[in-house]
Amino acid sequence: MPESLFKVNIEEYMLPGNRACSGCGLSLAYRYALKALRKNTILTIPASCLTVLHGLYPTTSVVIPCLNCAFASTGASASGILAGLKALNRQDITVVAFAGDGGTFDIGIQSLSGAAERETDFIFVCYDNEGYMNTGTQRSSATPIGALTTTTPFLTKQEHKKDMLKIMEAHDIPYLASVSSSYPVDLYDKFVKAKRIKGTRYIQISAPCPPGWVYPPRDTVKIGRLAVETGMVVLFEIEDGKFQLTGRSKTLAQRGNKLPVIAYIERQGRFSKISAEQVAQLQNWVDTRWEEYLRRAST
Amino acid sequence: MTDIQIVTGNQAAAIGAMLCQVQVVSAYPITPQTSLTETLSRFIEQGQLKAEYVRVESEHSALSVCIAASSVGARAFTSTSSHGLLYMHEQLHWAAGSRLPIVLCCVNRGVGAPWSIFNDQQDAIAQRDTGWIQIYCRNNQEIIDTLIQAYRIAEAVYVPVMVCYDGFVLSHTMMPIEVPEAEAVKDFLPPYKPHTILSPDEPRNINPVTFPWRRYDDRGVLCDGYMELRYKLQTALENSAASIIAANDFFADAFGRNHGGMLWSYRMEDAEVALTSMGSMATEATTAADILRDKGIKAGVVGIRVFRPFPKEAVRIALNKAKAILVFEKDISYGYEGALCTDLKAALYSTDIRVPVHNYIAGLGGRDVKPRELVEASEDSLKIIASGIREPKTTWINCFTG
Amino acid sequence: MTKKDDNISAMCRPAIGEAGKTGDWRDKRPTIDHNKCIPFIKKKPACFLCWLYCPDGVITATIPISIDLDYCKGCGICAEECPAKAIAMINEEGKDD
Repeated sequence: MPESLFKVNIEEYMLPGNRACSGCGLSLAYRYALKALRKNTILTIPASCLTVLHGLYPTTSVVIPCLNCAFASTGASASGILAGLKALNRQDITVVAFAGDGGTFDIGIQSLSGAAERETDFIFVCYDNEGYMNTGTQRSSATPIGALTTTTPFLTKQEHKKDMLKIMEAHDIPYLASVSSSYPVDLYDKFVKAKRIKGTRYIQISAPCPPGWVYPPRDTVKIGRLAVETGMVVLFEIEDGKFQLTGRSKTLAQRGNKLPVIAYIERQGRFSKISAEQVAQLQNWVDTRWEEYLRRAST
Repeated sequence: MTDIQIVTGNQAAAIGAMLCQVQVVSAYPITPQTSLTETLSRFIEQGQLKAEYVRVESEHSALSVCIAASSVGARAFTSTSSHGLLYMHEQLHWAAGSRLPIVLCCVNRGVGAPWSIFNDQQDAIAQRDTGWIQIYCRNNQEIIDTLIQAYRIAEAVYVPVMVCYDGFVLSHTMMPIEVPEAEAVKDFLPPYKPHTILSPDEPRNINPVTFPWRRYDDRGVLCDGYMELRYKLQTALENSAASIIAANDFFADAFGRNHGGMLWSYRMEDAEVALTSMGSMATEATTAADILRDKGIKAGVVGIRVFRPFPKEAVRIALNKAKAILVFEKDISYGYEGALCTDLKAALYSTDIRVPVHNYIAGLGGRDVKPRELVEASEDSLKIIASGIREPKTTWINCFTG
Repeated sequence: MTKKDDNISAMCRPAIGEAGKTGDWRDKRPTIDHNKCIPFIKKKPACFLCWLYCPDGVITATIPISIDLDYCKGCGICAEECPAKAIAMINEEGKDD
């Protein structure tokens, strides 16, 4: 057992017998996010797979209080919880918004940007499964180039993924982190750190989705790992403007043994129609950004 | 000592919100509501009102803030107009569905396209079916008093209340008002007790996905399906009429002003012609009724104060003796007629009141309408009805329809 | 007398098994060979990667480890990630490949 496992909070806040799909990357990440956040937390979540995981009336699978909010309003909902708590002199509670990539990159970006600009004291978490998976895998602005979705059913997505982390970095927030459900301890550590910081904190979780990405559920951790190994997902954090690579991405940078993206995409059915040109575009997109991360890590 | 101030409708609303000691305010600028939210900002920054002011990036977010704040147990207030209210539409449903006693001032304004910043009531009427109580005010005194009553009603029945008043006509017109004493308002309005539990002390998942059918919880209680929850909201709105009337009566006792419960009547005792309207146009109708009486026509006015829940019983009583009913309204349900007229006729359907009803659409997008024009319209109606037409075609006042 | 639902808006209470016994979803059942399992062999807390990576939190970090088959959805991540290959996924009765 790695030493780091001993420090993980043993308490479980997400109960078994929930509605998440078998092998769900979100479910794995959520377990550790909640372990790090602990009991004294209020969640707010928009329409998403997480709504389903939380369960149907009158029972819930999560022992942390949660306010479901309208799709576009997650950031504002968190602001309202905080304003209400402040008015009632309850300022010991961590407020956390947890949205999917649609609820963050697309329909939720306005209220998130507003909340960040107001320096709202909360953690906004985006679990990024790169599409509208709850409605059955439609394209979002987080979907990578070359991926099949039900709204890009033959030609695949033609555009690159939106760089939401950069958008959030431009809000000059005190803490921002990129994590993956395949590295639960790195994820846990970053949530623990985020919880201690004041102001708007943004954490983006890469969360592989077996039905949406079209691979067997047993491969969730492997696929997530390959995303990091190939540089499709980079584990890092920016604390008070200071950038640093973390965990496996840091090791990759030190050893210079990043894998080609083909090792990642060949294991997923969603990339079955990707063209050679798109693979080259994707490789170039990854390499350009990787270079930038290396540059930032070395300064 | 009585505190008389000369203020605009928006200032009256801001003072009202302050007297209610709202704890969270969130709003976004839109004409003609803006000076209300500006006045509240001033009260908060000067320390006159201890509240959290969340300066959001949209109306959708403004109501979202109020929903969340109300869910944790804070008294929340917002205000908007026109497109802001339309942008809130989704959240209006969300607030009512969560049974949160939020109060919203809707400063009525026309809706685009094309753009209009001027007054009509299309914005609020278009939100009729969102599960909110809607109360219309006819002057600035009524705005401040109704706002105070609104929290008492909302928190008694757990239904949000929309206090509507006409943009510019009231929002930007100075009138003398009597400002209620803060201590008396405190007595009138008990502290807000939330029905929701959003606290780590007792974790709950609020507003989850709900099945069409009922389902047992972990204690073996057979819990509501979606439809039962909708029925509870409908019942709450139907039953809220009693709370609205009680709040009005209690307010009248405490402050000496009675604005009518569900509706108010003017010279209706022996009236044969009933002019019916909502908001400031109803006030103009009283002047029109006086002029008509001077001309020997027995006219009176029924001012609809509460549009939802619709005052079915009250209009039946108020219009019992009328020989003709004229409905003047600042909205249109495209493809049919004014929304108030439709509801009013439906309320009379199973009664013996079988008199002609003439619907007038007036004042859309700020088009001027004067008492004299209401008088002319009334005289036209009487001529049309006298000629044997029982169902006059809806008429657009001051509109070149040729 | 049956109790009534007093809630006026939808508010859920937490409970295990919201979606029922999700063990029913399984095609394959994880089966542990304890004699290959690292903490069992070493007789001390070690490895526990199955516990770490289980998306449903149905594996215990105990010696021996145990899997709650009432709720295990049978994803097979534990078998895939076990460095000692101590967990095998066996077809559930009546469910073939």
